[in-house]
Amino acid sequence: MPAVLATQSLEKHFGGIAAVNGVSLAIEKGARHALIGPNGAGKTTVINLLTGVLRPSAGRIMLEGEDITALAAHHRVQRGLARTFQINQLFLDLTPLETVGLAISERMGSGGQWWRLVGSKLEVTEEIVDILGRFQLTDVMFERTGNLPYGKQRLLEIALAIACRPHVLLLDEPAAGVPEAERHDILTTVAALPSDVTVLLIEHDMDLVFSFADRISVLVNGGLFIEGTPDEVARDPRVKAVYLGESLNA
Amino acid sequence: MLTILFDGIAYGMLLFVLACGLSVTLGLMNFVNLAHGAFAMAGGYITLVLVNRAGVPFFAGLPIAFLATALLGALFERTLYVHVYNKSHLDQVLFTIGLVFMSVAAVDYVMGSQQVFIQIPSTLQGRFEFFGIGIGRYRLLIIIICGILTVALQLILSGTRFGSRLRASVDDARVARGLGINVNRVFALTFAFGSGLAGLGGALGAEILGLDPTFPLKYMVYFLIVVTVGGTSSITGPFIASLLIGIADVTGKYYVPKFGAFVIYTIMIVLLLVRPQGLLARAAGK
Amino acid sequence: MNAGIIKQVTQHLVNRARWSAMEYAFWLAALASIFLLPSRHLILTEVAWLGLFALSLDLILGYAGIISLGHAAFFGVGSYVAALLAKHAIITEPVLALVASGIAAAFLGFATSFLVLRGSDLTRLMVTLGVALIMREIANQIPEITGGADGLQGVVIAPILGTFQLDIFGHVAYVYCLLVLFVLFLLARRIIYSPFGLSLRAVKGNPLRSALIGISVNGRLVAVYTLAAFYAGVAGALLAQTTAFASLDVFSFERSADLLLVLIIGGTGYLYGGLIGAVIFKLMQDWIANLTPQYWQFWIGLVLVLIVLVGRDRIGLGTGMVRALGQRAVRRLPIPALRIAAPPAEGR
Repeated sequence: MPAVLATQSLEKHFGGIAAVNGVSLAIEKGARHALIGPNGAGKTTVINLLTGVLRPSAGRIMLEGEDITALAAHHRVQRGLARTFQINQLFLDLTPLETVGLAISERMGSGGQWWRLVGSKLEVTEEIVDILGRFQLTDVMFERTGNLPYGKQRLLEIALAIACRPHVLLLDEPAAGVPEAERHDILTTVAALPSDVTVLLIEHDMDLVFSFADRISVLVNGGLFIEGTPDEVARDPRVKAVYLGESLNA
Repeated sequence: MLTILFDGIAYGMLLFVLACGLSVTLGLMNFVNLAHGAFAMAGGYITLVLVNRAGVPFFAGLPIAFLATALLGALFERTLYVHVYNKSHLDQVLFTIGLVFMSVAAVDYVMGSQQVFIQIPSTLQGRFEFFGIGIGRYRLLIIIICGILTVALQLILSGTRFGSRLRASVDDARVARGLGINVNRVFALTFAFGSGLAGLGGALGAEILGLDPTFPLKYMVYFLIVVTVGGTSSITGPFIASLLIGIADVTGKYYVPKFGAFVIYTIMIVLLLVRPQGLLARAAGK
Repeated sequence: MNAGIIKQVTQHLVNRARWSAMEYAFWLAALASIFLLPSRHLILTEVAWLGLFALSLDLILGYAGIISLGHAAFFGVGSYVAALLAKHAIITEPVLALVASGIAAAFLGFATSFLVLRGSDLTRLMVTLGVALIMREIANQIPEITGGADGLQGVVIAPILGTFQLDIFGHVAYVYCLLVLFVLFLLARRIIYSPFGLSLRAVKGNPLRSALIGISVNGRLVAVYTLAAFYAGVAGALLAQTTAFASLDVFSFERSADLLLVLIIGGTGYLYGGLIGAVIFKLMQDWIANLTPQYWQFWIGLVLVLIVLVGRDRIGLGTGMVRALGQRAVRRLPIPALRIAAPPAEGR
C-alpha cells in the first residue's frame, strides 16, 4: 500500500548538532503509528519538520504522494496534515467555540471573509457543536480558553486539530501533563478517532502506545533505530537498553 | 574623495561612541531606550555652559561632560528606568519617548531653541593637507579620541572581570545570575557608562552634528539604525555599522545632495529585510 | 438535543455582535454634539479625524499586534494627496478625493506591509519609523510639488457632494468628518466581528498555532496593514480638506508618537479606544496649550511617562469598568473577547 505520509532521509542540523539524521518513514493510510524514543531523541523535531515549523537541512517529505518539503505550514494544513502540540498551543483569549469555529471556517475557505458575521453560517455552527460535544467541551464552550482547567485545554488542543478534518494527524504526547483522573478522556478520544484518518502518535505512556498503535518506530539520537509491530518492538531487548541508556553497541 | 572618506570615518566613529551605550543596553536588558539621545544632548549642553560661559578649557570640558552625564544616567536609571525593565517593549517605547519629549521641551525652555556652538580651541580649527587629503583638525581629534575609546572598550570587555561579567550577562542573564553575577549592578554601571559615552559624544559632536534641543529626535533614528543593523551581541557589529552609516551618509549627501538622506534610510530597510537580526548578530538573537 | 445547543450558540454569537447601550449612547452623544456644542465644532473636527487615525492604529496594534512608530506615513500620504487633488483640480469633489487619498495611502501600506512581517518588535519599530522618515524626506525634497517646509498653499476645497460648502466655523467640516468616521467605524466593526477579524485575534495571540490550523498569517497581516493604511490616509485627507492645507509635519515622528499616546489612553483592542482617547487627548492638549503654548510637549511627555509607570492595565481598568457597567445594563452574555488588561501580546 502506498504511504500517505513519507520522509526520505530527513535531516535537521542545529549548528553542529544533528537533531534528526537520515530519518526515512513510511506511514500507510489509516495506520495507527507510534513514534517513541528516549528524551531528546528528536521526536518533536520530526513533527516540526513534517508540519513545516522547521525547514529540513536535507531530505524530502511526501504527503499523499506529493512533495511538500518546500510547502509553507499553513498550506500543509490545507492539504490535510494537522498536529497537536506537546505543550498546549491555544488561543488563550478566545473561547473553545471561537477556536474550533476558526479552524472549521478556514478549512471551508471562508476564514478570510470580512463581511459576514461570525456564526451566520449554520453548517459551521453545527459542526462546531458536534466537535465540541465529542470532546466534552460543550459545557465550557463560552469560557475563555486561558481560564479552563488543563485537561479541558488538552481536549481542546486535540479538538482543534480534528476540526481541520485532517487526512493525517500528528499527535505530540497528547496525554502529557494531564492529571491521572482526566487521562481516560484523552485516551478514549484518541482511540475513537475515525479509521480513515492516519495517526502518527508520539508518546511516553507505554500503555497508550501499545494499546493504540499497530506499528511503532523507535527514534534514538535523531535516527530510526527499530521499526515494527508492537510485539516485535516489545520483544526486542535493544529497545529496553536504549531507554535505560546502555550503549547501542553493547 | 579621500577627504570625504575621512569625514565619513570621523562621523562614523562619532556615531559609534554615541550609540554603543544604547547597543549594550539593548543587548543586556532587552530594553529599548529611545531617550539615549537625550543624554548625548545633556553632555553637549553641559560642555557648552562650562566652556562658553564658565571659561573651562575645552579639553577639560570633555571628561567633565562624560562624568556628569554618567552620573545623570545613573540617577535616571535608579529612579525611573528600573520601574520599566519588566514591561513590554511597547511600554518601554512609550516611556522613553515621553522622556525625550520632556527633555527636548526642558532644554528648549532653559537654553532656548536656537542651534548653539561650543567654542573649540583655535588649535583644532581649520584643516591641513596630508598627501593631498584635506584633514580637518577637529575631525582628526574625533577620530583619535573615538579610536582610543573603542580600543579601551574592547580591552575592558575582553580583559577585565567586569567585562567578562558584562559579556556573560549579555549572553544569558539568567545563567549569569545563576553564576552569582549581580546582573542588575552590571546593568546600572553599564547604563551609566553608556550614558556617559553618549554625553561625551554629544560634546564632541556639537561641532559636527549641530546642537539644539531637537537633537535627541533628529538623531534617534541614526542610533537605532546603528543598533539594529549592527546587532547587540558585540561592539564590533555596531562599530562597523556606524562606520558604514557615517561614510554612506557623508558620501551620499555630498554626491547626491537631494537624496543624501535617503541613502541611510534605504540601507537600513534593505539590511533589515535581508537580515532582520542585524549584520553581525548571532542567529539566536532576541 | 444538539438542535437546542446550536440555537443557543447562534444566539450567543449574534447577541455578542449586537450594539450595546454604551455604543448607542456614544454615537447619540456624538450626534447631539452637532447641535448642542456649535462653538466647539472646530476642535471636535480635530477629535473626529484624530479618532479615525487612532482607530486605524488600533487595527494593527490592538488587533494584529504590530507596533508602529511611523503610522504617520499613511496619514501624510492621505493628506498631501487630498490637498494636491484639490489644488490642481484633479478631483474636485471632496468625497471622491477622500476615497482616492485613502487608496493612495493603502498602496503605500500594501507596499510596506512586507517589511513588518518579519523581525522582532525593534525591527518593526525601526522599519515603520524609517518609512515615515523617508516619506517626510521625499515630501521635503520635492517642494515644487509639496511646497516643502512652507507647506502646500493655495488649496481650495469645493463643496462636499456639490452642495455643502465648508465654512470657517467648522460646522460643515464637523458633520463631514463625523459622518466619515461613523461609516468607516461601521465597516471596521463589521470586519472585527467577521471570521477575518477573529483570525486576526488568533494571529495576534498565537501566530504559530494560527499557521497550523491553516491560516495564512502573512496574508492576514498584509490585509489588515493595508486596511489600516487606508483608514489613516482618509484621516489625513480629512485634515487636509478641513484646513485646506498640508505640511511636512503630517509625516513627523511627533505625530506617530502622539498617536500612540492617544490610543493608549483609550485602550487598545476594542475599537472605541482610539475614539475615546482622541477626545481625552484633545481636551488635554487644549487645556495644556492654554497654560503653556510653547512647551506643551513637556506635559505630553510627562503623561506618557506617568501612564507607563502607573500601568496601562490599571488605566484600562477605568474604561473597563465603564464598559462592564454598560454590558450589565443590556443583560447579555459576557464577552470573553474584550479584554480589560493590557494585552500581553503587544511587543514582548
